[in-house]
Amino acid sequence: MRASVSWIAEHVDLPPGLTPRELGEALVRVGLEVERVESAADGISGPLVVGRVLSFVDEPQKNGKVIRWCSVDVGEDEPRGIVCGAHNFAAGELIVAVLPGATLPGGFAISARKTYGHVSDGMICSARELGIGEDHAGILVLEADSAKPGDDALDVLGLRDAVLDIAVTPDRGYCLSVRGLAREAGAALDVAFHDFTMALPAADQGAYPVTVADPIGCDQFSARAVTGLDPTAPTPPSIAARLHAAGMRSISLPVDVTNYVMLETGQPLHAFDRARLNGAIDVRRASAGEKLTTLDGVIRVLDPDDLVVTDESGPIALAGVMGGASTEISGETTDIVLEAAHWHPAAISRAVRRHKLPSEAAKRFERGVDPRIAGVALQRCVDLLVEHGGASAAPGYTVIGDGPAPVTISLPANRAAELAGLPIDATTVRARLEQVGCVVTTSTADESTADESPADGTTADGLTVDGSTGNGAAPETTEPGGLFTVTPPTWRPDLTDPADLVEEVVRLVGYDQIPSILPSAPAGNGWTPRQRLRRSASRSLAEAGYAEVINYPFLSPAVHDAFGLPADDERRRAIRLANPISEAEPEMRTSLLPGLLANLVRNVGRGSRDLAIFEMGLVYLPAETTTPPPPRIGVEHRPSDAELAAIERTVPRQPRHVATATAGEFERAGWWGQGRLSGWADAVEAARTIARAARVELDVRKGDIPPWHPGRCAELLLDGAVVGVAGELHPRVIAALDLPPRTSAMELNFDAFSPPPPAQAPTLSNFPPVLLDLALVVPEEVPAADVLAAVRTGAGQLLESVRLFDVYSDPARLGSGLRSLAFALKFRAMDRTLTLDEATAARDAAVAEAAARFGATLRA
Amino acid sequence: MSGANDPYDPKQVAALSPDALAAGVAAARRAFDQASNLDDLHGAQSAHLGDRSPLALANREIAALPPAAKADAGKRINAARSEVRQMYAERLALLQTERDARVLVEESVDVTLPWDRRLEAARHPLTTTQELVGDVFTAMGWEVAEGPEIEAEWFNFDALNIGVDHPARSLMDTFFVQGPDGSADSGLVLRTHTSPVQARVMLARTPPIYIVCPGKVFRTDELDATHSPVFHQLEGLVVDKGITMAHLKGTLDHMAEAFFGPGIITRLRPSYFPFTEPSAEPDLLCFVCRGESVGNPDRPCRTCGSEGWIEWGGCGMVNPRVLRACGIDPEVYSGFAFGMGIERTMMFRNNAADMRDIVEGDVRFTAAFGMEA
Repeated sequence: MRASVSWIAEHVDLPPGLTPRELGEALVRVGLEVERVESAADGISGPLVVGRVLSFVDEPQKNGKVIRWCSVDVGEDEPRGIVCGAHNFAAGELIVAVLPGATLPGGFAISARKTYGHVSDGMICSARELGIGEDHAGILVLEADSAKPGDDALDVLGLRDAVLDIAVTPDRGYCLSVRGLAREAGAALDVAFHDFTMALPAADQGAYPVTVADPIGCDQFSARAVTGLDPTAPTPPSIAARLHAAGMRSISLPVDVTNYVMLETGQPLHAFDRARLNGAIDVRRASAGEKLTTLDGVIRVLDPDDLVVTDESGPIALAGVMGGASTEISGETTDIVLEAAHWHPAAISRAVRRHKLPSEAAKRFERGVDPRIAGVALQRCVDLLVEHGGASAAPGYTVIGDGPAPVTISLPANRAAELAGLPIDATTVRARLEQVGCVVTTSTADESTADESPADGTTADGLTVDGSTGNGAAPETTEPGGLFTVTPPTWRPDLTDPADLVEEVVRLVGYDQIPSILPSAPAGNGWTPRQRLRRSASRSLAEAGYAEVINYPFLSPAVHDAFGLPADDERRRAIRLANPISEAEPEMRTSLLPGLLANLVRNVGRGSRDLAIFEMGLVYLPAETTTPPPPRIGVEHRPSDAELAAIERTVPRQPRHVATATAGEFERAGWWGQGRLSGWADAVEAARTIARAARVELDVRKGDIPPWHPGRCAELLLDGAVVGVAGELHPRVIAALDLPPRTSAMELNFDAFSPPPPAQAPTLSNFPPVLLDLALVVPEEVPAADVLAAVRTGAGQLLESVRLFDVYSDPARLGSGLRSLAFALKFRAMDRTLTLDEATAARDAAVAEAAARFGATLRA
Repeated sequence: MSGANDPYDPKQVAALSPDALAAGVAAARRAFDQASNLDDLHGAQSAHLGDRSPLALANREIAALPPAAKADAGKRINAARSEVRQMYAERLALLQTERDARVLVEESVDVTLPWDRRLEAARHPLTTTQELVGDVFTAMGWEVAEGPEIEAEWFNFDALNIGVDHPARSLMDTFFVQGPDGSADSGLVLRTHTSPVQARVMLARTPPIYIVCPGKVFRTDELDATHSPVFHQLEGLVVDKGITMAHLKGTLDHMAEAFFGPGIITRLRPSYFPFTEPSAEPDLLCFVCRGESVGNPDRPCRTCGSEGWIEWGGCGMVNPRVLRACGIDPEVYSGFAFGMGIERTMMFRNNAADMRDIVEGDVRFTAAFGMEA
């Protein structure tokens, strides 16, 4: 909402000398978001004056134009000679002249210059050149006697008038009007607000025949009529300037007047061309398939939920949203029926969404319009059309429906103090509520305490916290301050609950009065073990050299083709968005890899070569069977457990995954020597790093899962279940995604890991160890992990540790299809110094076990 | 050489003569002095203190002396050998010191050489900022609650007093999950705020509740310097007996100081959110100019636009309707809630200028943050 300060000032006694900025700050204090304070004069500097055209000569030019060489009195001793291209003025009329040395909006500097054979000593301005309107067909002609030559045109045009640009929250529908802003200014500054007080005719249903078939959707419909409008009557500059300042275009007098009155009163109005109406007006819901061409020229197919204004021809307006083309005001319209109705906010809201048609009218109806302002708004329209359009007020005033019934709210007098944590006595509560327009009565239900001041003893709750005790007692169940019965004003449909009234009181008292007290929470348990595990796993990966990334979870299904996933792969079953940001990425990820690999490509594109990145985040897995959403569940009380379970069943599983991707060198080359390229082993080790954080060991076995390289793919198992995959990516995937060669990756279901129980301390032997090496020749296809397990089993209790330290294959020496695995074994006994014989026997047992399992032989 | 048991007069044994011993000591001294390195000294030691050295050989002659002469001869030869050992030890110490000094010089390296073999560790600042939030609040006894990112509309809207036709619902720029029939009526959305977590916690627990909920949220905004369709929020919720707006203010002030340093406080401006009543927007005292740029054209502040305060989020007292929908009696309990953007907070705290840098995952950006933001 944009509104001129002068307009607001017509309804409130602003303190003398108050600057627009100070007004803005006062409104901010009571909860309006004033985004800007500006004025049309901001873009204008230098002499801009009122001039009177004394005489002119029309001079045809070679280019076919006719220019006017004018003699203009600008209040100086001598008139100035000014060249003008427009012809919409007569001698003796007042115009606005900008003189040399001035600058107009857009940095347009004015100087005396030679043109069409004359030196033009200034310029006569159009509304657009002044930045106060769209009109550029002719120059701006001022009303006779509205000023005298030489007057400062900024003052005459009201261009110094500051404009407040205010973001209005959905609860403050009434602030989408000058009336509402003025009322807020009055409350914020504690100065008098002046509401409309004009006399209204008695309702006689005589303005135009109206019936309302849907009194739920339309609980009040009022109409007035005017006749004999001069269709050529222009909109007065004062109205046009305020509309322009409010961000609206001037269109025609009748349309401008309805917009002007809407801005002023908050009541959206609609003007029908009476000559184009066919019979009585009726208000009803649309029939399925009915059509309406709206003012924007769009043919709209109506929904049975749409409220429409109709005449005998059918729908003539989409109620509260936009009028129809068939009854639109035209350049010939002389007789007008004016509508001011009160529509059901939710019905308007649904229509706006359905037709994707937000409008100034709908914005107000959605947020709630004062159902008692229609008569005032209509009277204002009629008066303005009579004054500026030469129209006559037609007799009759049609009013159908009473509008919504007023609500009353019971408010414990101490509730504001209790919630604010601020002493606010009952007198203040009452005064502030009355200031916003509420009618406040003291309830007789609690006579004994009704009129006592509640200030002492009640507000101490919550304020006596000394830092070591709790946060105050529960509110008293009896209300020591008594009970107010509050009837909110008709323009405040948002005030329905005691808490709403509390906000009104506290915001007017001032949020800056609220003290700052840190509440004392009971002892908590800190981060949960699972949250701590997440942090420790994430730190481990980072410390291993991985950089964390957080990617958008949006997914292009095409990536699954690039991955070579089979048609029935689970990862292809993804949740789809109805309104994705990009049509190319309409799904939600089922794996972290697509995002991570795209990220790798992006980083390579930006010049990074050696990359190790990881992400930890949710993936989204649709339910096995689609569950329809449960029927709408109310919010008046806690839903039943069954209802909550029904909601919960629709929410998809969202396990947390962790994934890594690497390319280039994992250990860099340098003065110390060669670097080491990252590869499948780093991917597997990244998974082990996660497992170590959870203090469990992953089992690793060969896998063949796209998008990994079938020969370099490891399945990662925890307690026998596959929880992840790691390895080098398939060369075709690397080529398809334009990844660096040998890109490797790992992905784990992080939720498969549990926070570790307390670590068990080992018992250490202080006897000396015996160190023995062992090289076993085994068939190549036997996994090292299996051989290691056999060695461990065979070596028995005396084996303290074993480590595989070499892998060697040489068909000439070992025979083809064989390889040698070398292990370093450390034997130690708990209770004695181990002899070499004992250790050797244990080693031999390890060899025997490997021989029995895999035909392993000791390498000669 | 004499036989073992021959009764010789020691004076007749040349090797034991004082002159011979003196000559032996002198020879040893010369040899040791001439040894310029430890190897030479080792050779000289063998020659003059070894089993075959003149003094060692002389020592053997003692056995052949008559008993009366043995003591005297022994005393003299011991004195001589002791002197030689002493000379050796001194020389050894000297040469070792010289050697050590030389070797340590020879082994010296350029300690300014880099050792950047491993890639840089880097955690994303959004993660570490969320952890910081949790650390600040768990230190006060609060807990960190989390919930699903694809959320039932009931939790995201209805439970929070945002009914189907509420204007705020359409202002939320919501991503809707497509239903099985291709419509948007799946009842699921990408959560537009972390507030549904609050509803879940209130439904699952009984007060007192002191939680903070950091997490990922979604709005249909295009990515630009200050917006992202995917961003992060932190929200706090307290439900207890006797909770007031003063407690809300105290908590916001504490958090502001924890993030931005001592003296950075908040102010509350009235505002509107369906799930809180009264509602407010917290502003943060500008941590750059501390309000000193206001009305001071000589010292304009770019961070706050010389306003002195920076918008930081939304907050308020939990709407009794929300408490009721979540099974909490608003006549017994009251509560407050607040929420702010993690990205926005991080942009202030870490002086990050562009949202795109935060979300694009360029490792150069992340690396600058190391292990803590």
